[in-house]
Amino acid sequence: MAGFSSNNAIAKPLSEARWVRYGLTLVALLFLTLFLLLPLAAVFAEAFRNGWQAYLESVTHPDALAAIGLTLITAAIAVPLNLVFGVAAAWAIAKYEFKGKSFLTTLIDLPFSVSPVVAGLTLVLVFGAQGWLGPWLSAHEVKIIFAVPGIILATIFVTFPFVARELIPLMQAQGSDEEQAAIVLGASGWQTFWHVTLPNIKWGLIYGVILCNARAMGEFGAVSVVSGHIRGQTTTMPLQVEILYNEYQAVAAFSVASLLALLALVTLAIKTVAEWRMNREMQALAELPPERPSDDQPVSPQQLAVTKT
Amino acid sequence: MLSKRVLPGFNITLGYALLYLCLIVLIPLSALVLKTLSLSWTEFVEAATSPRVMASYRLTIGASLLAALVNMVMGLLVAWVLVRYSFPGKQLVDAMVDLPFALPTAVAGIALATVLSNNGWVGQFLSPLGIELAFNPKGIVIALIFIGLPFVVRTVQPVLEDAEKELEEAALCLGANRWQTFTKVILPTIMPALLTGFALAFARAIGEYGSVIFIAGNVPMESEITSLVIIGKLEQYDYAGATAVACVMLLMSFIMLFLINALQAWQRKRAGGR
Repeated sequence: MAGFSSNNAIAKPLSEARWVRYGLTLVALLFLTLFLLLPLAAVFAEAFRNGWQAYLESVTHPDALAAIGLTLITAAIAVPLNLVFGVAAAWAIAKYEFKGKSFLTTLIDLPFSVSPVVAGLTLVLVFGAQGWLGPWLSAHEVKIIFAVPGIILATIFVTFPFVARELIPLMQAQGSDEEQAAIVLGASGWQTFWHVTLPNIKWGLIYGVILCNARAMGEFGAVSVVSGHIRGQTTTMPLQVEILYNEYQAVAAFSVASLLALLALVTLAIKTVAEWRMNREMQALAELPPERPSDDQPVSPQQLAVTKT
Repeated sequence: MLSKRVLPGFNITLGYALLYLCLIVLIPLSALVLKTLSLSWTEFVEAATSPRVMASYRLTIGASLLAALVNMVMGLLVAWVLVRYSFPGKQLVDAMVDLPFALPTAVAGIALATVLSNNGWVGQFLSPLGIELAFNPKGIVIALIFIGLPFVVRTVQPVLEDAEKELEEAALCLGANRWQTFTKVILPTIMPALLTGFALAFARAIGEYGSVIFIAGNVPMESEITSLVIIGKLEQYDYAGATAVACVMLLMSFIMLFLINALQAWQRKRAGGR
């Protein structure tokens, strides 16, 4: 098979002419520069338009600090909740067979296809003054809509699938042989998860969490519906950017925006590293000599005994 | 045979996942559906098909289609260049493609509006030529192109990487030129992925809000997207009207979700059926 190497058999190179290659590369890079790099650079250029002093003043303004605090709190609650859900859902879906599994997977992806504004509206319909729980909530003086709990709920909704959808394919690809071996050798379920599963899914988990966090801190549409835009109280960083921008305080708006852009860049960096590590581990897994008699069938005790001797 | 259920924790993980799914996603969404059902048919039709709302549907769907089409072409080009050619800084460019996923939409919106406004970096060269890209429907399309680009690149890229070189070699041996090989051999292979990327970009564009409102101009009947119509109705405490329009949007989302699932099933069949 390998004898008919493509290099020898074919005279013409299996690629385009040089000018086509350079031309296409140039067009692609130009497009990316115009659409991605230029807006990103504009954020920082506008933020520093009046120098460092003005930048620092904008970033340390009490309203800006309150917005940063609220954004951090929101992410600190939403991300761990979705992380626990993601791991639980991925465990149930990847390690077991049950009816309606693909339907469940579709349902988990649902928040991605619902428009953020519609997501915010659904919360208003449940918790708002005229919503299902509205009368009960106001009788007990609990405020959810136009308050912090609503913002957190909206954030949880829009970031719901991130961790789960990253882990499900990863854990499905890895199978459950290693976990079954651990259980057979006497490990408890928790030990198995902690010492066998978690190291295997570590980078996928980081990947999901970092994307979940970026969206949680940057969500605008859903949060905007339920926030009420009370300055210093219910404005997250993206909402603060909107308020400042609409008040023609461009430098202040872009200063807060630059923090979010920085977050995006850090997210991309960590994501790239996680992706790289995941690929390397998958390759290592693929290059491993086959330990198992068969890839498809679950290992039976007899087979285990045979392979051990 | 060991039982598939030898691993512990099935009941608790599945139970927790279902409970959380119901609380966070399904109950709020069913609230939307039930609220819609509580409207009479005439109320619903009146709210969901008023001229202003119809104009917003046309704009949202039209701009989303146009942006997704541009993304399909440019996304394929970017994926092609990233997979087939090498150039300095390629890995950095590859990582940058995901910027629209990571950059908050509001930040993207104000940045694009500033770049394209009459005294912005790009706008200052275009406005003397009479081209205005910000604060009108053209701006909406540009924002939606920004938002949708990674969807196409990231669905096409892995398929291009896996594409069998042998097929292209065979085409070459049989006398096809490079363009024929591309249109007759490569394009059919990546078509399911390309269409999936198109559908994903389109679905995302339909619901997009944050990046669009800063650049749209938001003039009713002219440059007002459907998401903004819902917000407007909410601000006037017209919950019934907002719900009716939102229900139409939700229906569009479900149709897109169904379509995307079908496309992905097709893609898997393609990949597995070789």
